[in-house]
Amino acid sequence: MLKRTIYSLAIVALIAGCSSGTKLNDTPVTDGRGTAGQQGGASTVTPVNADQGAATAQGPIGVERIVYFDYDSYTVKPEFQSIIDGHARFLKSAPQRRISIEGHTDERGGREYNLALGQKRAEAVRRALTLLGVNDSQIEAVSFGKEKPAVQGGGEEAWAQNRRAEIRYTR
Amino acid sequence: MLPALAQFRVEVSGVGLTQLPIALVPFKGQDSSPQKISDIVQADLERSGQFRGVDASGQALDEASRPDLSLWRQRTADSLVVGSVTRLADGRFDVKFRLWDVVKGQDLGGQSYTVPQGDLRLASHRIADFVYEKLTGEKGIFSTRIAYVTKGGSRYSLWVADADGENAQAALASPEPIISPCWSSNGQQLAYVSFESRKPVVYVHNVASGQRRLLANFKGSNSAPAWAPDGNSLAVTLSRDGGSQLYTIPASGGEPRRLTQSASIDTEPVYSADGSTIYFVSDRGGAPQIYKMSASGGNPTRVTFSGTYNISPSVSGDGRWLAYISRIGGAFKLQVMELATGNVASITDTNADESPSFAPNSKLIVYATHLQGREALMTTTLDGKIKARLAGQAGDIREPDWGPFQKQ
Repeated sequence: MLKRTIYSLAIVALIAGCSSGTKLNDTPVTDGRGTAGQQGGASTVTPVNADQGAATAQGPIGVERIVYFDYDSYTVKPEFQSIIDGHARFLKSAPQRRISIEGHTDERGGREYNLALGQKRAEAVRRALTLLGVNDSQIEAVSFGKEKPAVQGGGEEAWAQNRRAEIRYTR
Repeated sequence: MLPALAQFRVEVSGVGLTQLPIALVPFKGQDSSPQKISDIVQADLERSGQFRGVDASGQALDEASRPDLSLWRQRTADSLVVGSVTRLADGRFDVKFRLWDVVKGQDLGGQSYTVPQGDLRLASHRIADFVYEKLTGEKGIFSTRIAYVTKGGSRYSLWVADADGENAQAALASPEPIISPCWSSNGQQLAYVSFESRKPVVYVHNVASGQRRLLANFKGSNSAPAWAPDGNSLAVTLSRDGGSQLYTIPASGGEPRRLTQSASIDTEPVYSADGSTIYFVSDRGGAPQIYKMSASGGNPTRVTFSGTYNISPSVSGDGRWLAYISRIGGAFKLQVMELATGNVASITDTNADESPSFAPNSKLIVYATHLQGREALMTTTLDGKIKARLAGQAGDIREPDWGPFQKQ
């Protein structure tokens, strides 16, 4: 699932290659771990590549999967109840299916605090689904905060499209 | 005046600043060295706000010279740094320097470093640390490292750079966002939030080896890691029991222990340097404010009272200062509170400040902001009078975290 590639393993052998400072007039001491003429030493950082992890499965045909929220609001508006109903029916009829509800905010404010606000939106949708009888074990509510806006740029039009929770079928 | 150095720009504002005049003679041999040692040392010292470089042109001196100090008094230097850099037969470099007190006519000592080419900047920063400590009595932070995140196109990268923003090396590249990097107190590991599995998950990552492991991957969101100063555990925000709440997790992994029990948002934990107190953000009073509580949990007390949106706390290592971000009239502004008095100062003239982090000597803060419509990282003195823009990658740059003092 989460694959990772480690480059330049050889560089690991060079960690801590920077010698300690020595007072002038003493004989300089080196710890011998540095390799001649190499880049690196105590400053070495070994890069890692992360791959995309999760796959998306098909949900109910013809049912929208995005719920939008008002500014500073974390309640599902009545106009989105039909979307909730559609997914609730589908999930109850297919108990082996799983969803991730991904909460999002607009760009204003701090990254971590927005992550917590996006979580409130995702959990509002989760509660709306469980109220209709969907098993909680079929649902994971997560947040992207302001990190993955649907629309780039500022202004109320963009912000309104970014304050949302997306329902994604993971199985 | 010396020519401005290309890699950074220092803005000085306000009056009554005392800056120590110091002359840094180009090191013997640095013309053929990959790094201009004296330039790096001078840039470091000036960025601290406590030093002013004076003309050192036309002089050829090294650490073995007996400089004519009357000449340097004429040039109004109080101190003088001389040295040399020599390529050794095995390809490493020998860097030597000596610091002179020009006023007293005293040799203040020197050091010698034998380093691979990749550590020439580190050696330069250690010279700046030596000079800074000798002349101010405070530990220097120039050989420390800063972690930050860039977004270029749809790629996110986590970088580890020198405290001046140079020498950036990628620790992680990902197609999904990375936020909230946090150094362990030994400066070897970073904890951070990665969205690579399409949800926020907390990793712990050894930057030298590239080895990393999942620390928190519970149902729901996992975020806001903060190392306890002893390195044995981390505080995190988890939503696994519903809502965003604070927990601690052993650094080796394992079962989280819940710290807060509220129906509100509790997030962005940070430890005081002695490990006894956790500062965090909560909207339990109706709007996000900073609170503190015992590191083992218990009743929080409110710390910020001005305004309706105060987030992203950072406590100085000496325990005297709290930096945070406040929304003021629609702008997001870096604030510094003196904890003993509760006095607050707004120290920037930018409007989108984020993620403050103290230097380990408690004298500077690094933070993210927007300059001319682009993301930028800045350092500032606690009074806001000296600011410098960090050198950095092209593209958006954010989420700085200032690492601890490095072991010599």
